Amino acid sequence: MNVSYQWLKSLVPIEWSPEELADRLTFVGLSVEGIEYFNKGIKNVVVAKIKSVENHPDPKHTKWHVCTVDAGLGEDLTIVCGAPNVKVGIKVPLAKIGADLPGGFHIEAADKAGVVSQGMLCSVTELQIPDGLATAESDGGIFILPDDLKVGDDIVDALDLDDAILEFELTPNRADCLSVINLAREVAAISGKPLTLPEVVLPKTEGRIGDYAKVTVLDKDLCPRYTAKLVRDLKVGPSPMWMRHRLAAAGIRSISNIVDISNYVMLEMNQPSHTFDYDTLAGHEIIVRRAAEGEKIITLDEQERDLDTDMLMICDGEKPACVAGVMGGQNTEITDQTTNILIECAYFYPKSIRLTSRKLGLASESSSRFEKGIDMEAAARASERICQLLCEYAGGTLVDGTLDSFDGEFRKRKVDLIFDHARSLIGVDIKDEAMVEMMTGLAFEYEAIDGGIRVTVPFYRTDIEREVDLIEEVARLNGYDKIPATLPSGKMTEGKKTKGQKVTDKVRAALVGMGFDEAITYSFMNKNHYDMLLLPEDDPRRDSIRIMNPFSDEQGVVRTLVLPGIISSAAKNISHRNLNLSLFEIASGYYPISGEKMPREKKMVTAIASGSFHKGWNGEKTEKDFYYMKGVLEQLLHALRIDDFEVSADHIEPFLHPGRGCDVLIGGKVVGYLGELHPLCAANYDLPQKAVVFELDLDALVKLADNEIVYEAISKFPAVEIDLAFVADKDIEAGAIEKVIGAAGGEYLKKIELFDIYEGDRIEAGKKSLAYNLVFRAKERTLKAEEVNESVERIKTSLSDQYGIVLRS
Amino acid sequence: MEQMLEALKKIESEAKTVFGRVSDRDELNNLRIRYLGKKGELTGILKGMGKLSGEDRPKVGQLANEIRQTLEEVISRKSEELEEAALKQQIEAEKIDVTLAGTKIECGHFHPLTRIIDEIKDIFLGMGYEIGEGPEIENDYNNFEGLNLPKDHPARDMQDSFYISEDILLRTHTSPMQVRTMAAKVPEYPVKVICPGRVFRRDDDATHSPMFHQIEGLVIDENISMADLKGTLLKVMQQLFGPDREIRLRPSYFPFTEPSTEVDVSCGICGGKGCRTCSDSGWLEILGAGMVHPHVLEMAGYDSTKLQGFAFGFGVERIAMLKYGIDDLRVFYDNDVRFLGEF
Repeated sequence: MNVSYQWLKSLVPIEWSPEELADRLTFVGLSVEGIEYFNKGIKNVVVAKIKSVENHPDPKHTKWHVCTVDAGLGEDLTIVCGAPNVKVGIKVPLAKIGADLPGGFHIEAADKAGVVSQGMLCSVTELQIPDGLATAESDGGIFILPDDLKVGDDIVDALDLDDAILEFELTPNRADCLSVINLAREVAAISGKPLTLPEVVLPKTEGRIGDYAKVTVLDKDLCPRYTAKLVRDLKVGPSPMWMRHRLAAAGIRSISNIVDISNYVMLEMNQPSHTFDYDTLAGHEIIVRRAAEGEKIITLDEQERDLDTDMLMICDGEKPACVAGVMGGQNTEITDQTTNILIECAYFYPKSIRLTSRKLGLASESSSRFEKGIDMEAAARASERICQLLCEYAGGTLVDGTLDSFDGEFRKRKVDLIFDHARSLIGVDIKDEAMVEMMTGLAFEYEAIDGGIRVTVPFYRTDIEREVDLIEEVARLNGYDKIPATLPSGKMTEGKKTKGQKVTDKVRAALVGMGFDEAITYSFMNKNHYDMLLLPEDDPRRDSIRIMNPFSDEQGVVRTLVLPGIISSAAKNISHRNLNLSLFEIASGYYPISGEKMPREKKMVTAIASGSFHKGWNGEKTEKDFYYMKGVLEQLLHALRIDDFEVSADHIEPFLHPGRGCDVLIGGKVVGYLGELHPLCAANYDLPQKAVVFELDLDALVKLADNEIVYEAISKFPAVEIDLAFVADKDIEAGAIEKVIGAAGGEYLKKIELFDIYEGDRIEAGKKSLAYNLVFRAKERTLKAEEVNESVERIKTSLSDQYGIVLRS
Repeated sequence: MEQMLEALKKIESEAKTVFGRVSDRDELNNLRIRYLGKKGELTGILKGMGKLSGEDRPKVGQLANEIRQTLEEVISRKSEELEEAALKQQIEAEKIDVTLAGTKIECGHFHPLTRIIDEIKDIFLGMGYEIGEGPEIENDYNNFEGLNLPKDHPARDMQDSFYISEDILLRTHTSPMQVRTMAAKVPEYPVKVICPGRVFRRDDDATHSPMFHQIEGLVIDENISMADLKGTLLKVMQQLFGPDREIRLRPSYFPFTEPSTEVDVSCGICGGKGCRTCSDSGWLEILGAGMVHPHVLEMAGYDSTKLQGFAFGFGVERIAMLKYGIDDLRVFYDNDVRFLGEF
């Protein structure tokens, strides 16, 4: 909300500059986000009156006028002006020769196609003053000033431009400060200066309202209070400049005295009102009810609106005349001919207004205030204030009395403040008397109770419901800057990570240590990624959770797999010529569970590698292929002290190369997959080069990771190393051969390491040779040659029996 | 006898000359054997000692020993000389260009947001906090209602949410972890926990990302005050940004804390004097915090007359941007390896 600094100053006689006031208000919780000045550098601009307007003598300049103006200098000036709205008799701002305009413009005499212009007539834009200061007649042209300004006066004084606009960013709990008066109460509380409220004195009345109009509220749940007053015989016209000024500061444009007064009181008291042309109200009555099925209304913006039965309407004897609290109807609108008006000041149920405004896609200054909740008790007073101003500035006659649907009693809330509670919560030793003084400053009434005070909360402070709300008042008025910095002094607590957190940290550190960069990708995605991953139609991972209100399909679903995010990141890097990369992400996949409201979140570690790694000028190149990635996986599991893992190509994920993919198993259970991306999948992501990936179930790793280290003394006795080469059928997997060797080797076989594979001329076609380095060792003695030989014989026999594998000769 | 002494002296002088010319360790060894070996020249002469008289023998013997000693010294010196020369030569030959680049060792990088989260975790672990984790898809109660944000609360508008169903949504903040933590701990206290994690809002522009990270903090105990909140956050900011930083509290509003505060940290670029980064204010907005609203404590089952607490929420991206001078939010999710490689 934007408020004129001078307006606040007129209510509380502060000496602070706009900046200082803004600062002080910000530090009591009424944040001022900006300050805008009315006068941004206007100098030597005066009020002038146009005495004659003629066309420019040069026929090429058809839009130019040559004006004679009286600027109070005793001698008329000649001004060339291109604005379409210049006419004889109007008063306008004239920038004299030597004048300055905002933006660094300096005015000199100028030759305008043979006519010397002795200054410039100014528009609102050229003066850079708030638009609202001008009415519609100044649109697209010169600023037509109110006729009561005196020719020759400096425009800065004439228009009170020595003012600033404070731009408030109010928090939802302080909607009461949408009222300038309530804001001024805060200013009074922090400055200690007195608050002077505008005096509401009702003029003389004629007649009684009961004889003219009737109000019936049928739906009291949505409209707890409806008041109406009537002003007769008024005249629609312009509103006074001081009012236009205050409205302009708030960004509200002047329309007419009637509309402006309604808006002005809305700013002053935070009471939106509606004015009906009394003579257009059928039966001269108001009925407040929910709309009937299929009812329609044309609102002031000339739109026809379809209503539904949840929407509250203000109707006359026949038809809806206004969407309650949101926008009036065209049928009862004030026009230039209006003479009698009915003024509505009501309280509508905030939630109802919010819903109606949403449904109609129609928000107004009025609806946004009702939504936040206003002061119900103030409605009648606001109505009186409006009538006072109408009689004064539109020449109306007030009809006596108010129609008021509220017949209950307004009871103010009482809240206790115990001084010790405040001191304990804030942590500052604030004296009892100081707290009492703060309550006085806020104009809260109170009585003493044991250890504190019982505060009577004014109606407008809807945010104060319980003690802590009063403690907040104390904290902010005392100043947050007075709060010292201490540390909690209670019982000691233990700072610790869970096993899951430790394992996650370890996984992250291990992968970073192996050259992987950590990525973070969005948890939602377009569901077309499932097609790009080649998942079959019945793959359960396609069953992902949909977002009801995404911006676009890019946030259509919450992903089940992290893989698409990481592939997309790799593809983006490669398109930026970052051809060699290793990326990983630790994130959740989300799976709906049938019969459960909440999904299951499965944490995964997903990695991708592509390209190659050069060790430099003297080193070789490592291709980031399947075996590289398998090595990373092995090292990762080793770091977690998980050793009973294996891979199996019995099942291969659809997005993996069918000949270069496998599942990863730990203790016989599948915990993830590993492999090169399927060429079609890679193509779907525009990957121009091969990429290898793995994904592991992090929760499973956490369960299986063995954090206990069991020390085993190193054997003092020498090992026996033997190299053996076997010839096997080509399609026998090394893993199977190694299992046989391991089982047959006996207790002293400590290491089996494949160091060479050969296929080619020197062995039979369809066969391969595998060369292994085997290490035998006993813990407590030196092994005898016979023992090792026995082992080797067992290995040879087993391999031969099970796979027909022979020793290479 | 004279003859023998003569012969010995001759061997000595000859050997000295020969040894002096040696340039190779093998040659030196051969010469040593030639003169001093069991079948060497010196031994050869001494073999004739049997012919000498008893009184001459010691004289010859003494001279022979002196010569042996002298020659051995010569050999030893020579040997050292040769070794030195050989080493020098080896070193000469092994000289390399030390300015050539080292062998590349591939090393990865933690994401900058992880770095910030880890740093903050470490600070709080040191102050005795636990680290909590919770689901990213939440129910309405934990995300809103349990935090004093009932269905028709206007402050719900402050956070535009991605909904899964009427009642389930992507969490809009890490604050539901307050509700979860309290539900898990009640009636136990003290509670001291931080909860980092992903959060989601229906916002996407230059300064908002639909997904970002927060770290929630919650402390509940007897006598916890706003001063404790201020002291805790001051310590954290000084550890994160440097010991010369100050913090400032500004009154604010969150439905689940009362009183609530925005926290600013003094600008590190201008030292609080005002510059472009801090829009000339000298301060940078960094997080929201406050005293746990008694109603939130009560809804969780804690006795609000006995216990007090504070809560805070860090925006991880905001801190990373300030700490590293990053001015574009999107780079965090682009995962460009050139960007990641800087951390």
